Amino acid sequence: MTITFRKERLDRGIKARSADIYALASWRELAYLLAPRMLLIGGVLAFPLLRGLVDAYWLRVMLMACTIALLALSWDLMASVGLVSLGQAMFFGIGGYITGYLSSTLKWPPFITIPIATVAGALLCATLLYPVLRLRGIYFALITLSLPQLFERIIEATKILGGTDGMSGLTPLPDITISLYVIIAVLFATFFGFRRLIDSDYGLVFKGIRDNDRSVIAAGINIYWYKAQAVFIAGLPATFAGAFMTHYNQFVGMSSFAADYSVLPLTSTVVGGIGVFAGALLGAFLLVPISEVLRAYGTLRVVIYCIALVVFVVGRPEGIFRYAQRKYHQFERPVAVEE
Amino acid sequence: MANPILQVDHLTKRFGGIGAVYRISFDLQPGEALGIIGPNGSGKTTLVNLITGFVKPTAGRVTFRGREITNLPAYARVELGIARSFQMVRPFYNLPAFKNLIIPLFSPRVGKRVGGKSGNRDEVAMHLLEEVGFERDSQVPYKVASSLPHGYLKRLELARCLALEPELLILDELFSGMSMSEVASVLPLIEKIREQGTTIIMVEHRLRELFRIANRAIVLNFGEKIAEGKPEEVIADEQVRKAYLGSEDA
Repeated sequence: MTITFRKERLDRGIKARSADIYALASWRELAYLLAPRMLLIGGVLAFPLLRGLVDAYWLRVMLMACTIALLALSWDLMASVGLVSLGQAMFFGIGGYITGYLSSTLKWPPFITIPIATVAGALLCATLLYPVLRLRGIYFALITLSLPQLFERIIEATKILGGTDGMSGLTPLPDITISLYVIIAVLFATFFGFRRLIDSDYGLVFKGIRDNDRSVIAAGINIYWYKAQAVFIAGLPATFAGAFMTHYNQFVGMSSFAADYSVLPLTSTVVGGIGVFAGALLGAFLLVPISEVLRAYGTLRVVIYCIALVVFVVGRPEGIFRYAQRKYHQFERPVAVEE
Repeated sequence: MANPILQVDHLTKRFGGIGAVYRISFDLQPGEALGIIGPNGSGKTTLVNLITGFVKPTAGRVTFRGREITNLPAYARVELGIARSFQMVRPFYNLPAFKNLIIPLFSPRVGKRVGGKSGNRDEVAMHLLEEVGFERDSQVPYKVASSLPHGYLKRLELARCLALEPELLILDELFSGMSMSEVASVLPLIEKIREQGTTIIMVEHRLRELFRIANRAIVLNFGEKIAEGKPEEVIADEQVRKAYLGSEDA
């Protein structure tokens, strides 16, 4: 007779529950549900208050993380309708340039230019992408990859909008604490808004188009119109991020179309978990600070960064968020089995 | 005769040099049930694709209720009232069965009637599933589509069409792959739909079922229409027997 061990998985969760309705029986269960959510939300909200305690540099890193998180949410919503984008920088750059133009020529204040740039930018992006919405997978990805570069070259070649010098001396935002709270508020609004949207019947159409567009057509739905709506909605946080950072930096230039703004959101979503917006957030809040810490290692940072990416894509394709969620709700223990 | 609901006029489709459908014409009166039969590869599904807009014709015209729809995109034809089932079912595999119907219930054709953007479609979906034979009290409507047997997926496909409240219902080999008992449960439903005045086109290999529904049939062979008439007469036709049943078949 040998004794072997097998893993037993226990559900740590709340006993009485359906898909999304929980019957709370105790404070313990309430805490169990709320703790991880409050920890993350509270952590983000409390961070700007650490102003006196941490270096101002880290507040700027936080701002960057929020920016990338907005772009990552944008990427994830586009992916939910089956559009894989390699060019979120286009949204970022267009938002930045619209607000830059309005601010430098018309001298409008940021609380007017940023909303205009957000909506007009998203509308412009949706219009620009409309002709290629019938492309799928790698073909669509290739087009989006080339568009930010196209804009860079147009600005370089025609010297419009400040050419290679960009536009500087734009109206600054109030101090960094207020700026941080504004972008955090927008980030949470986007996150909860997107989550609600994708769980609605409207969002179901998005996922339907991604999984099986032929059946959506047969259901009498114009999938290109829906894809355009998805690009517009997804564009809003991304163009906002561009407009916001433009005012923060008091400058907009060709660097707004830099590949960083396409690659970082994409990798954040992959590391955090595709298809669950919390994953995109988590990914951005992990990757951006890590990449800052790695800055000390010079060029080696890219190598470390790449290795981490490969490990995640190969080892945990579900992403950190789903992994952590599973570990939180279930725990495993070895149980002796007699044979 | 009254105005035909559907007119197909010299419809032709070539894939490369090969003619899949060649100069096919027929009229369909409202409330009629037309059967389309023919051997494998005779162009039946291509004809359905041409009528529903999933494939653009090389030549010819399609008119629906007096309006030319030859160049109308597929989704717009659904909005006019043409719904089709697919021979190869492809549901939303990772959605529960009843959630599969939310998307058609969201379409412009019926979306307003079931509550607009925020309406409760789940109840309507459950009702539709019940109609095609999903037992409401069982777990089946809540099961993920990928876990359902083929017969249920076929019925889900039918429910998807019915959700669109079609005026012209096109069934592309709905009964293929269904068990006898499943056929027996779905057949009365199709008869009921026909009696309610919905025009039906059915492409079918199972002639027994076809005879029960269709009052007229056309036979395709190599993309051409070789016979048209009452189903029993058509099947007795010498040319049809040769093409479809094999010449020595009695």
